[in-house]
Amino acid sequence: MLKADDLAIFPIDAWIQQCVSWVALNLRPIFLAIKWPVENLLWLNDQILHSIPFPIFVIGFFLLAWRFATLGIALFSGVSLIVVAALGVWNEAMTTLSLISTAIVFCAVIGIPMGIWCARSDRVWNIVRPILDIMQTTPSFVYLVPVVMLFGVGTVPGEVAVVTAAAPPLIRFTNLGIRMVEHEIVEAGLAFGADKRQLLFEIQLPLAVPTILGGLNQTVLTAMVLSVVVAMIGAEGLGLVVLQGLGRLDVGRAAVGGIAIVLIAMVLDRITQKLAAPRTSGKAETGVPLLGAFARLFKGGRPDEATHAVTRAKPAL
Amino acid sequence: MTERLHIQNLYKIFSNTPAAALEILAKGGDKNAVFEKLGLVVGLNNVSLTVPKGAMYMVMGLSGSGKSTLARCINRLNEPSAGKILLDGRDIVQLGEEELREVRRTRISMVFQHFALLPNKRVIDNVEFGLKLRGVAPAERRRRAEEVLSVVGLGRWGHHFPHELSGGMRQRVGLARALATDADILIMDEAFSALDPLIRTEMQDELLRLQRSLNKTILFITHDFQEALKLGTRIAIMSEGELVREGTPQSIVLEPGSDYVAAFTQEIDRARLFDAGSVMRAAEPILQSERGTLVGEAGGAGFVLDRDGKVLGALDAEALGRARDSGEMGTPSANYVSVASSAKLLEVACNYRDGRPIAVVDEQGKFVGSLGADDILARISSTTPKTIPAGGRHA
Repeated sequence: MLKADDLAIFPIDAWIQQCVSWVALNLRPIFLAIKWPVENLLWLNDQILHSIPFPIFVIGFFLLAWRFATLGIALFSGVSLIVVAALGVWNEAMTTLSLISTAIVFCAVIGIPMGIWCARSDRVWNIVRPILDIMQTTPSFVYLVPVVMLFGVGTVPGEVAVVTAAAPPLIRFTNLGIRMVEHEIVEAGLAFGADKRQLLFEIQLPLAVPTILGGLNQTVLTAMVLSVVVAMIGAEGLGLVVLQGLGRLDVGRAAVGGIAIVLIAMVLDRITQKLAAPRTSGKAETGVPLLGAFARLFKGGRPDEATHAVTRAKPAL
Repeated sequence: MTERLHIQNLYKIFSNTPAAALEILAKGGDKNAVFEKLGLVVGLNNVSLTVPKGAMYMVMGLSGSGKSTLARCINRLNEPSAGKILLDGRDIVQLGEEELREVRRTRISMVFQHFALLPNKRVIDNVEFGLKLRGVAPAERRRRAEEVLSVVGLGRWGHHFPHELSGGMRQRVGLARALATDADILIMDEAFSALDPLIRTEMQDELLRLQRSLNKTILFITHDFQEALKLGTRIAIMSEGELVREGTPQSIVLEPGSDYVAAFTQEIDRARLFDAGSVMRAAEPILQSERGTLVGEAGGAGFVLDRDGKVLGALDAEALGRARDSGEMGTPSANYVSVASSAKLLEVACNYRDGRPIAVVDEQGKFVGSLGADDILARISSTTPKTIPAGGRHA
């Protein structure tokens, strides 16, 4: 009788092992080149976040959250940050935040152009889509093995893993957002003689912004999760606190890390969700909330007042 | 040259390899034959038509008849599979990407059924859209956009967002955007179909008013025959991707030519469609005297005209008979109604007073013909006999 194990005659594990070591050895310059910008930006962000004094950080974060989201979310954010400080893991939290903020930058730089490319070419999308499927279904700690082999251990390789895991949602949502732009509006652009570049920048991208920001929300949350998991390959931050707690069977320490992680994740989620959500009064102001938010930052005034005033001024017609 | 657009044997098959389908059509097969044999959808099947300069050309048909496909072929949002579209003699189908863009930016603009405004831009920016794509300087395009906005009556609304406007106002913005580019051809794809009836009527009147001063060549796609009659100087009726009838509104109502077209014309309010000039009878001169000319016809009323052809007075049938017999004109009475030849029959009927003869006059007030109540009734009730199902004639 044939047993299942009888078929296991190919040394597939050995082949993969050899492949990866060959890649790690011979393509080392490529990985160093990838590592370089990650390392530097991460360092910069880390320095900035750690050097801002605690009270100023809390107040600044509160104000930003107020501008971008609502007063409620801003209050929640401020209180959460104070609780994190009270838990005694402020420095670790800042490291985690720097991991996430760096990941956001790289994901945006890679993910948005990639998503645009996918949206414009079905062929590209057909190739990229299964890759994204694999990336998103792979359990997050499985990422860590090749990352360790190719980039080594520590915070910077951890960051590489974070970026790799967090980019797919942004690519997906950018692609989706552009493809979802109402067909008639795209036709209008063409009918008035838009070329490809004008079509993208005048019509498709601005109208896809809400969806892209939805993708950003997903990216931020994935980055949050991964920034904890990469503690296993020696990255610092809140994940390390939890890992240490587990290692020493110190439930209190692990719980402190866990609470801080949950709080920061909620804060980031609420703020980015608010960015993506259409603003107030029904379907008002669906376009460019990000730019709108920036504009409000400088102009002052609450987000909703302007639109309300206008709606009131409109006579029945 | 009086023709602006000339479409010759245009075919559209929704496929990248239309050759086989074209062959079936060339052999006389129809839309269904192509679908059965190849599973391909025929959008346009050998459509030829000519749009004169300054016309309000209506393309009318039910959904799936290919009318929108035809409109989209003209600015090549749909690529025609075969045939020619001549814009002032130049074939649009053969244009390269760059030239096509130029034509779209400067010659042909379009108004969409669901407005297709950019929701994230203010009204004024939406109107500027075409000019911006063309690279017009900001100050210049703002000036132009403000100008066009006030033409469509939205001068004060430039700094609002489209979602703050009602449907009718949004379509005005769509119209302003199309007018801003100064393109001389306007494609209006079911432009008023998404509006509620009152607003639609208002927009139709507005378009007629605008067209008097703008004199664009407008290709208007609609599924509403009433709308086609009201706006159109010519109407093309499409069915199954083919052009089944083409002509002036009046000629189509008088001679539908097929059951398909007759189904639309049956319910038409003829009193609003036909004018006095189209049903009046020419009167022959009967008597000439120093007082003027007596014109009239047997059994009808007579009119006395002065040297310039203006109506001095009328004679009823009885008096006309006496005049004819005696050679004496008699005294013309002021008991008559005078209507312009361009007045619609409904208007004529409103002015009609019992027993009074009707004189039809042209713009200068010159007599051109006479009209009886029976003429009006005959035209309003007339249906072309052959299009009526057999049972319908007994009434």
